[in-house]
Amino acid sequence: MDFSSYEVGDFFDEMFEEDGTIRPHYQGIYERLKDLPPAEMLQKQKAVDRAFLRQGVTFTVYNDEQGTERIFPFDLFPRIIPGDEWETLERGLTPRITALNLFLKDIYSEQRIIKEDIIPRSYIESAPYFRPEFMHVPVPKDIYIHICGTDLIRDQNGEYLVLEDNARSPSGVSYLLENREAMKKVFPHFFPNTGTRSVDRYTEDLLETLKYIAPEGVDDPTAVLLTPGVYNSAYFEHSLLARRMGIEIVEGSDLVVENSFVYMRTTEGLKRVDVIYRRIDDDFLDPDVFREDSLLGVRGLVDAYRKGNVSLANSIGTGVADDKLIYKYVPDMIRFYMSEEPLLASVDTYVADDPKERSYILDNLANLVVKSTNEAGGYGMLIGPHSTRSEIETFRDLINANPRNFIAQPPISLSRHPTITEEGIQGRHVDLRPYILCGKKISILPGGLTRVALRKGSLVVNSSQGGGSKDTWVLYGES
Amino acid sequence: MLSRVAESLYWIGRYIERADNIARLLDVNLNILTDFKDLNDSRLVEHWEPIIRSTGDWDLFNSLGYKPNSRAATDFLTFDRSNPNSIISCLIAARQNARIIRDQIPSEVFEAINDAYLDLRDSGSDEIWKEGPYQFYNAIQNFSQLFQGMVASTVVRGLGYYFMETGKFLERADKTSRILDIKYHILLPRVQDVGGVVDTAQWTAILRSCSAFEPYHRNFATVVDPALVTEFLIFSAKFPRAIRYSLARLGDHLGRISRNKHDRFSNEAERECGRLYSDLTYVSVEEVLDQGLHEYLDYLQHRLNRVGGAIHETFFGVPD
Repeated sequence: MDFSSYEVGDFFDEMFEEDGTIRPHYQGIYERLKDLPPAEMLQKQKAVDRAFLRQGVTFTVYNDEQGTERIFPFDLFPRIIPGDEWETLERGLTPRITALNLFLKDIYSEQRIIKEDIIPRSYIESAPYFRPEFMHVPVPKDIYIHICGTDLIRDQNGEYLVLEDNARSPSGVSYLLENREAMKKVFPHFFPNTGTRSVDRYTEDLLETLKYIAPEGVDDPTAVLLTPGVYNSAYFEHSLLARRMGIEIVEGSDLVVENSFVYMRTTEGLKRVDVIYRRIDDDFLDPDVFREDSLLGVRGLVDAYRKGNVSLANSIGTGVADDKLIYKYVPDMIRFYMSEEPLLASVDTYVADDPKERSYILDNLANLVVKSTNEAGGYGMLIGPHSTRSEIETFRDLINANPRNFIAQPPISLSRHPTITEEGIQGRHVDLRPYILCGKKISILPGGLTRVALRKGSLVVNSSQGGGSKDTWVLYGES
Repeated sequence: MLSRVAESLYWIGRYIERADNIARLLDVNLNILTDFKDLNDSRLVEHWEPIIRSTGDWDLFNSLGYKPNSRAATDFLTFDRSNPNSIISCLIAARQNARIIRDQIPSEVFEAINDAYLDLRDSGSDEIWKEGPYQFYNAIQNFSQLFQGMVASTVVRGLGYYFMETGKFLERADKTSRILDIKYHILLPRVQDVGGVVDTAQWTAILRSCSAFEPYHRNFATVVDPALVTEFLIFSAKFPRAIRYSLARLGDHLGRISRNKHDRFSNEAERECGRLYSDLTYVSVEEVLDQGLHEYLDYLQHRLNRVGGAIHETFFGVPD
């Protein structure tokens, strides 16, 4: 592979210093890749793509007549994170997730954070994923978010910033696991020598987390994974996780609630279910309580949950914690609940609901990124500097019509990473999603999913919009 | 095991067995055409109509505007997605079920099914027709053998395995009865043709369609005789595609599913299967021929449907 024409540009580059020197932790991979003929790399890439298709490592593209399954494009150039840098991230993420769980417990009980004027009451109560009907409903071990996927980006100086906390039902971990498998197959000689930490423990830790939150008095709990079904875009992930944990993957119609206990229908009759790792949103869980038209859920499930007869991961109502408006207050939560200063920075956030900040936003739309507070997947977003006048005006109207629904942030020029493109190796923007489990202890999978915006110049890394992924190597630290 | 999962496994077994049988049926019957003298349109209709009838989809074939000839039969039975029993439809269904329950089967088994589907999806009927379909149908049969072999050597003997095998053997019993029934629909030109060259060729094709040509000869060491062919394909306890053999295995697997320790049935599925098996044990081929082969096969298919219905009721039914 030829690096001679690689341009670092005006961005923080993960591999190269500004002057083009290779960062020390990339030296090893550089030595290996520089002598690899591009044709061979291309061949490896094709082999991996074919293997993903064969193994059905695919996601379903909606609104496509054939219900096409596509592979999530995978770039063979790995992203490498030195051990000490990773430990710094862990030290920043751990109090953050702890504070989010304390916040949820508080907000669904005493609401001290409102009473002490840290967060305005109206912001909480207007959050669409705040569930007041679950006030004072206890959850096992006081943990609300068991599985969290926090999106991190790096700014121009290489500083890590939290972009958002995905506290409802974060997906993508299966790609991380499969990417590593694929890398081991195509570069079998890399791994013993790179000092890369294994990602294999994730599903074991996940299963332990699920069992830890079993209802009181259940010694040997039965956990299941609840999926919307085979047509869901993430079905592959659901089945991979269930397979690796050795638990049943169930659809709503497989479950039935009797006398406030949840059972699954088996060939030998009904079998009690204690913990549900649900990959469907709150809204679809139970047609008796939430959306009546939901065919995915289970009638009576919420009643069983309220009575403590079944545990859900994640708990109901966690969405208030990843509302993009509440995001602004997470550093305050860390200070409030833990009396600590946050170690991980956030992105400056302007709240359109606040009249002063709104007028700043409206005056500077062309220079800001505007986000809808409860959309995911890169939708409902305006990237001011890359938008047309009419797109900007559309957002101006949207913001004026419903200010609570929007926040704005300065654009961050995401770091770039060498990526294999048709025009050779070029820099492409990346982010990082570490996966955090909160059970008996907090464990962070050493790796995370690196998503890469494959389109030249693009800042959008979402799979639905031209994003791909990379294997992420976290190196063993000095300690 | 979840009822829904059990049902998916059962249908994987059925659909792959079905695809395999259709591939063999087409392979053999395209092949014997090459032995015919004076192959004209009406001979082609005589040849293909009974075969398409045997699949149970003759009405659909006509309503889709096909005329019975080799190309139409091939297209309809192989590539047409509007035929729910075409090979492509079977593979789509098998693969969709495999995706649903992929946590239950070894990865290599899933990949084999997925691979077969991807290959078939990417191959067009024009190109296969041009190259000659034999290789293609062989590839389908090879896939089915690969699948059976992988299942035999890698799947844990538990409920999942038993349900897959249940589906396979029920489908096989049904398909063998249908293939044998093809002979009924073929009208021989004249009475004196019975036992003649054409008649023998047709019985031979039936044996070959059940992969039974060599086993038949090994068993009887004699010419192809209608009564013996009938006996072999219905009553053999040793030939793995015979109806009685298939029912014996079906009964074994149903017993394992119910963990039936005593020699009485414990549910309707076992009862229906056991009764039919016991009939097949005590009925003679002479009785069958006296009654009329077609009538008997019709009755068999009706009984097999009842077994299938009972399996559904017993294990998959969603009570409301």
